[in-house]
Amino acid sequence: MRNKNKGKDFCMFALPGMFCFFAVVIIPFVYGVYLTLTDWNGVAKVKNFIGLENFKGVMKDGQFWTSLGLTFKYVILVVLLVNVIAFLLAYLLTRGIKGQNFFRAGFFTPNLIGGIVLGYIWQFVFSRVFVNVGEATGWKLFGVSWLSDPTKAFVALVAVSVWQLSGYMILIYVAGFMGLSEDVMEAASIDGASGWVKMKSIIMPLMMSSVTICLFLTLSRAFMVYDVNLSLTAGAPYGTTEMAAMHVYEKAFTSRQFGVGQAEAFILFIIVACISGIQVYLTKKKEVEA
Amino acid sequence: MKQTSIGGNKRKAANILATTGLVIIFLAYMFPFVMVVINSLKQKRDIIKSPFSWLYTIKGLSFDNFVKAFTQMDFLNAFKNSLIVTVSATLLVTLLAAMLAYYIVRHNNMISKITFALMVASMIIPFQAIMIPLVSIYGGTLNVLNHRLTLIFMHTGFSMAMSVFMFHGFIKGSVPIALEEAAYIDGCTRRQTFFKIVFPLLKPIISTMVILNALAFWNDFLLPSLVLTDKKLLTLPLSTYSFYGTYSADYGTIMAGLLLCVVPILILYIILQRQIISGVVAGAVK
Repeated sequence: MRNKNKGKDFCMFALPGMFCFFAVVIIPFVYGVYLTLTDWNGVAKVKNFIGLENFKGVMKDGQFWTSLGLTFKYVILVVLLVNVIAFLLAYLLTRGIKGQNFFRAGFFTPNLIGGIVLGYIWQFVFSRVFVNVGEATGWKLFGVSWLSDPTKAFVALVAVSVWQLSGYMILIYVAGFMGLSEDVMEAASIDGASGWVKMKSIIMPLMMSSVTICLFLTLSRAFMVYDVNLSLTAGAPYGTTEMAAMHVYEKAFTSRQFGVGQAEAFILFIIVACISGIQVYLTKKKEVEA
Repeated sequence: MKQTSIGGNKRKAANILATTGLVIIFLAYMFPFVMVVINSLKQKRDIIKSPFSWLYTIKGLSFDNFVKAFTQMDFLNAFKNSLIVTVSATLLVTLLAAMLAYYIVRHNNMISKITFALMVASMIIPFQAIMIPLVSIYGGTLNVLNHRLTLIFMHTGFSMAMSVFMFHGFIKGSVPIALEEAAYIDGCTRRQTFFKIVFPLLKPIISTMVILNALAFWNDFLLPSLVLTDKKLLTLPLSTYSFYGTYSADYGTIMAGLLLCVVPILILYIILQRQIISGVVAGAVK
């Protein structure tokens, strides 16, 4: 009797959720590992087992390694800039300035809007508004659209991503600053700690748990950038701003090399998993209790 | 006494400096949105000549752009599609995740442990590592792409792990088992206990999860773009994308179209600002 009830509970409470999760995440993931070992082209009924041939294909795919290198550069810049800017702004926004709630809400706005729309808005700003500023003032910097020059297009992509992500991180850092205990800060002041010393020896260590979260979020988001990349530059000019996630998409769905594309996606997954793992381990070690 | 007053002045001066800095940075942050609003009302020639001006020299201020964008994007239809998908997937994942998390917390068996471990581990898998087999299975073998239900089902599946994780933490921490035992003794069945006693207690975490999931579903582009190709089914981000592809040179219409996409979310944000912000922070910190 008891056993029967248990089975009923399981079917009613656990099964529907588990089914969705397994059908959409686990089975495709496992199947994806298998796909890396086949020569499937997306249409054919038969998939031939070809061993590690796809990984050899990845080795030969120079564009993939270029885009991976570019992604690394992009991730480093975005993660650093987002966290430094968000940390500083959050610090300013917790000093009791008038209207700070309004500022917080405003900075967060880009996060509510999809990457596609944001990318298009900025495309207009870069290709029309800035060019117009260049024409009016004669500044060479804005003379031609940033999006038509490989280096500047990359900088534009970084700038837009920093703009988009920092509002979110501001909220997390603000929550961290608000959680700092008044007593500890006051004790530090009484002990004669100056602004910089207070920041270095009191605030930073206590803020490490927020730093862990923010680094993790920015890392994983930056590595997987796709929407903004697609709508802002679409890889142009000449694929010089094509990030790894976009390259995987192109490889699979445009060039129809599903096996190689999946192998590249898998390599990307391993890289992201390792780097995030190391980051969480390293920053968690530095966390302290107040 | 004098000391404090000097300190106070210094602090005041620092605050004024900080405020000025903040206002400048804030204006820079909002600059793109201002550009969109200004130019959505202008003709193309005016936009190219001076994107900054409020003056509408050639043909004057007009709402033509909005009318054109509204019809060309098939805005109402796309909006309806987005709404159906977002609302159904959000409701579904909230209910199923709460039930699954409840089961996992209250039944400490092998299935619970394995499922939960898999879910936590799966949170690090990027979507790109799954999308190709996903298309292969659902497009090739099952042939169910191009249905709204498929997209709703996939959204539900993808947000399941994170949602269960959040519900799990909440139920473990703040739903006392004594309450359920009392309900049992009073003759409630399992189902009644869950829906009448436990589910109402989950309100705070439900509102957090609804906000996080609904935002993600509403704005998602990559997954819907793989699932839906039928023009009638396109969600708002998808229809923006195809609209932009056709009208990219018609700046005024584009700006109006982008503004149409942004405004509904902004209105919701203004109404629910407090809840959204605290929901997002709670979602990240746990």
